[in-house]
This record gives sequence, C-alpha cells and structure tokens, in this order.
Amino acid sequence: MTELGADAQTRFERRYRVSRWALIGPALVIIALFGIAPLIITFVYSFLVAGTYGGVEWKFTVEAYVQFLFDRDIFSGQIQFIPDYLEIFWRSILLAGITTLTCLLVGFPTAYFMATRPPSQRNLWVFLITIPFWTNLLIRTYAIMLIIRDEGLVNDFLLWLGLIDRPILILYTNTAILLGLLYSFLPFMVLPLYASLEKLDFRLVEAAFDLYATRGQALRRIVIPLARPGIIAGCLLVFVPGLGSYITPVLLGGGSRLMIGNLIALQFGTSRDWPFGSAMAFILMAVVLLALMLYARSTGKSQVRHG
Amino acid sequence: MADIAAVEARGVTKIFGQGQDGVRALDDVSIAIRQNEFFTLLGPSGCGKTTLLRLIAGFELPSAGEILLEGQPVGHLPPYERAVNTVFQSYALFPHMTVAQNIGFGLEMQGRPAAERARRVEEMLALVKLAGLAARRPSQLSGGQQQRVALARALANRPKVLLLDEPLSALDLKLRKEMQIELKRLQHETGITFIFVTHDQEEALTMSDRIAVMNRGRILQIGGPTEIYEHPTEHFVADFIGETNFLEAEVRGVNNGEAALRFPSGGELAVPTARAIAQGTKVSLALRPERSSLVKAGSPALLTGRVQNIVYFGTDTTYYVELEGSGSFTVRMQNREGARLSFAQDEIVGVAFAPDAVQILAD
Repeated sequence: MTELGADAQTRFERRYRVSRWALIGPALVIIALFGIAPLIITFVYSFLVAGTYGGVEWKFTVEAYVQFLFDRDIFSGQIQFIPDYLEIFWRSILLAGITTLTCLLVGFPTAYFMATRPPSQRNLWVFLITIPFWTNLLIRTYAIMLIIRDEGLVNDFLLWLGLIDRPILILYTNTAILLGLLYSFLPFMVLPLYASLEKLDFRLVEAAFDLYATRGQALRRIVIPLARPGIIAGCLLVFVPGLGSYITPVLLGGGSRLMIGNLIALQFGTSRDWPFGSAMAFILMAVVLLALMLYARSTGKSQVRHG
Repeated sequence: MADIAAVEARGVTKIFGQGQDGVRALDDVSIAIRQNEFFTLLGPSGCGKTTLLRLIAGFELPSAGEILLEGQPVGHLPPYERAVNTVFQSYALFPHMTVAQNIGFGLEMQGRPAAERARRVEEMLALVKLAGLAARRPSQLSGGQQQRVALARALANRPKVLLLDEPLSALDLKLRKEMQIELKRLQHETGITFIFVTHDQEEALTMSDRIAVMNRGRILQIGGPTEIYEHPTEHFVADFIGETNFLEAEVRGVNNGEAALRFPSGGELAVPTARAIAQGTKVSLALRPERSSLVKAGSPALLTGRVQNIVYFGTDTTYYVELEGSGSFTVRMQNREGARLSFAQDEIVGVAFAPDAVQILAD
C-alpha cells in the first residue's frame, strides 16, 4: 500500500464506499418501505380518532389505549375497568405458552433423534420435517378440521372401537386451537433445536457417563444446558407467532374463541376502529418485545458465564 | 488384592457392523493388567487399542469374551457403574462449567456432599498444579492446562483404573515431554493403575512399566520396555518400535540354547534363543542399528557392503550400507573421542555385531 500514492488510495477508498452503499441500498429501501414505514403508520394511527366508515380522523387522542382496559360510559363519560380484552390477551398468552411447552416436549426428542442419526441421513430428516411447509396453512388447518370434527376420523375410529358411544367435542374448543397451533409450529421448534443439538459434541455425554452421570443426569446437566440457545430460539419462534396467530383460532376455534390476532383483525374489518386495532397491535408488540428483552438478557448473562 | 489383575480381558472380540461388512476391531484379545501398573497399549491407528480402552470404560460392549475389573466381570455394567475413569483424547471438558465444576462433576454425580467436593477439587488442583484457576472456563485455558483439568477431573473420583486415550497427542513437543514426566509422577503419587493408549513408541518406552504392542486387533507382544525393544518376537514389533535391520538366515541346528545360523553370504553365527527351531528353517532376524558397527574391509565380519550415505547426528553417526546381494543395512555408531574410526562414502566395509544383538523373529 505504501507504493500507492495518497491520491490513488483516497480514490480507491471512495470507490469502495460508493459500491458498498450501492450494494446494500436496495435492501435498506425494502426494509424502510415495507418494514419500518407500516410500523410508523400504525403507531401514528393508534393515537387518532376512528373514522365512521373506517380510516381515521386527524385528531390526537389516547382513547384507543384507554379503551383497551376501560369502558367509557357514553352518557356520563365515566370510565370503568373492563377485563374483556385483557382476558383475550391472557388466553392468547396461555395458548401460545402451552403450545410452546408442548412443542418443546415433542420437538426435543425429535431433534435429538435427528441429530444422532448418521450425518448422511440427517438432511433427509430435515427435509421430512419441512414437508408440511409445502402446503398452505389454510389447507392444512381445514384438513385438521376434517380429522377432529364430530364425524371426523378420530371420532369415527373411537366409535368403531366402542370406546365412546357419542362423538367427543374437539372442534371449536381450546383443545382444537392447541392441536392446530402445535401442528403448525412444531417445525419451528424442531429446526433450531436440531441446529444446536447437531453441533453438540456427544463425546461430552460420554464423558458425563464416565463420570458416573446416569442418562437423566447427563441430559439435565450436559445436553440441555448446551442446547440452550436452540431451546430459547425455538421457544421464541413458536411463542411469538403463536401469540399473533390468526387462521388457526378462526377455523378451529369457530370464531367464538378469539385470540389477539383475530381481535386486531376485527377492528380493521367489522368494527371499523383502526386506532383501536393499531393500539392493540402495539400492545402486542410491547409484550413480544418484553419477551425478547428477557431472552437477550438471559443469553447475555449466560455468555458472561460461558465466556 | 495385589495378585488380582486390576483389569483383565479374556478372549475379547469386538466386531463393528454386521455380517460381511463387519469390521473385526479386536480379535480374541486376552490381557491381564496388574495393580498400580503403568500399562501402555501401543500400536498404529486402527490397531484396536482405543477400542480395547472403550470396552474397559464401558462405552462399547464386547461381541465375545469378558472384561473383569479386580476379578469381577463388568461386561454388563454401563460406564457410570464402573470404577474406571477416562482422560479423553479431546479432553471432553464441559464448556459450560468452570474448572472446579468440571473436576467436581464425578463426585457430584456420586452424591458426595458439597464440602467434601470443594476439598477434593482443591486437592486435585494442587496435584495438577493449577491452583487458582478454579473459576476459569475451559475455553480460557491453554491446551496443556485443559489436559491437566481433564486429568484432575478423572483422578478426583479416585478410580481403581485410569484410562488415558492418547491424551498427549494434541500437545506440542515441549509440553508433551513435560506432561510425560507429570503423568509418571501422578501415577506414582496416586498409586492408581494407568492404562495408556498411544501410537508414539518413544512415549510408550519412556513411560510404561509394561507395553502391549497391538496390530490389526491382536496383541502381538506384552513386556517391559527393555524386553519389547531388545527382544521383539515378531517382525511387526521390531519394525514398529525403533529402527531395525532385517536379515534372513537359515537355522543349521539348535544346541544348548544357541541357534547356529547360516547367512546367505556363507558366514555362520551362533545366536542365543529360547525356542526350538527345526533345522533348515528360514528365519527373519532383527538387528538394532546401534548394536552393530562398521569395521574396515578385511577385518573379520559376517556381512560386507558399500557405504552409501553418512548422516552425522552429533552424539552419533548413522551409516547406510548397501549390503552385497541383500539390501541395505543401517549402522549407528557413537562419536566417541579418540577411538573413532572414520569411514568414507563408497568405502567397502564390514558390518559386525555381537551374537546377542541378533533377535530371531517368530514370523
């Protein structure tokens, strides 16, 4: 570089800078246009007054956020606490939470199985896990409906066996929503778990056995701590989208058991209350961000402990 | 107790895979390792030494035969029920635990109280000279330090037998020499039976009480370092350990523990042997380069040849001699002050050796 004149060097640096911006430019534009701009619009809308036929009127108010927890009496203007929306939020969190836990319990052995196959077979297993993605979620959810409805496969089979004398109600219950969520989100749990278990040095498990650890102890003390990043990533990938899921509760919950996603969609549709919908979207985002921050903190800590 | 073998293998065979594709990693191996012995399994990679170690540890089950620890068959026991600990080639330290947690892991799994664990961890850290590093993570240690932690972790459990799977192969030469001495010291201080696996013949010779030389799933010879080096019984052993010259000869007869050999050159020599060998048998002979010497042409010598190459090593000089009619021969002679004969390239010389330097091989 010393051979190169100072002039040539600055020219080289400038050209490098220009080409760098030209290369990342398109990605930045797309992120700004389709990622950040809608967020800003939603944020602004959440502080406006709802228009009569949808849309918004440009008047500032925090009414949408108040509305989430309180009901304003039309005549007296008195506000009163109402838990209805909170209950839907709570149910969503509960359903997403149970889904996450079930996915973890089902996904961990699956991922462990995949990671302990010979390397030549592993890609086949990953491929098999991703097969459900090939079909639209809507179609797959209808398929679940056909299986669990009163005249569906499950009930027909149980009736035929004589284990029950009338169909069990599964469809349009929380159980149905849980089944649907479990089915649609399982791959999102299995894949990150597999990614971290595949990297696990199984000689460490052997070392644990050598040091008098039983199978259960080796799992708890060695495998699970080392698979932690995968466990956390998998839980986030299931919990966050699970919280905002839309199709599954609509179809399998029969519309009577709303989750947050449905409630928000309702505000932009039938209820024509865009500010309220926007406000709820932001409240949901706050919940998700809180979860993410807790995650970041726990991995940050663990890195200090690991490092 | 002392006369019960610490570890015994009886007719152990291990086959990986099935049917036609099965690989016979161990073939009818029988061995008895004594109490408090530094025992080395020596052989090239793929000879089955690590497999034998893994069978003793319990990571693999024998296809046939039996493994006994202090006289008790353990073939059916999982690794966590055997009073045996392993130092792995990769160390296999737990990356998410501190040095102290690593060392205390075995005791913790055995349900020992925390106070006892802490005391033993301190003891072990002092033993392997790592005091003060208890709170470190394995990733913050050098290779040599990790090696010591792996040793401490295994020794903390006071096993009856310590298995070491090529533990020094990842270290550089200087550290390896240091750790060799360290291992001998640890074995001496703890009085634990060490079973050491290596492919490094020098390491095996310097450290072991006894060595088993293995090849292709079989044990070829068991003996002390001197015996293995000076009296190899098989071609492979003689070739694998140290430098060796191989010669052919015919047995003219065995008398009073001496075999009369006739060399292709026509020379004859009586060589001590413990075996009865039929007259007329063609045998292979092994001869160490340092046990033979060059003499000036014309002096009485069994073999004659032409000096092809001379390599000076400081303490000694190696001569590569092209023998008349039968291949090459290496002679190493010490460079002593005064009594030094010098030989030149292409000089015709005689090769001389004492009868007891010649080892008759079994194959």
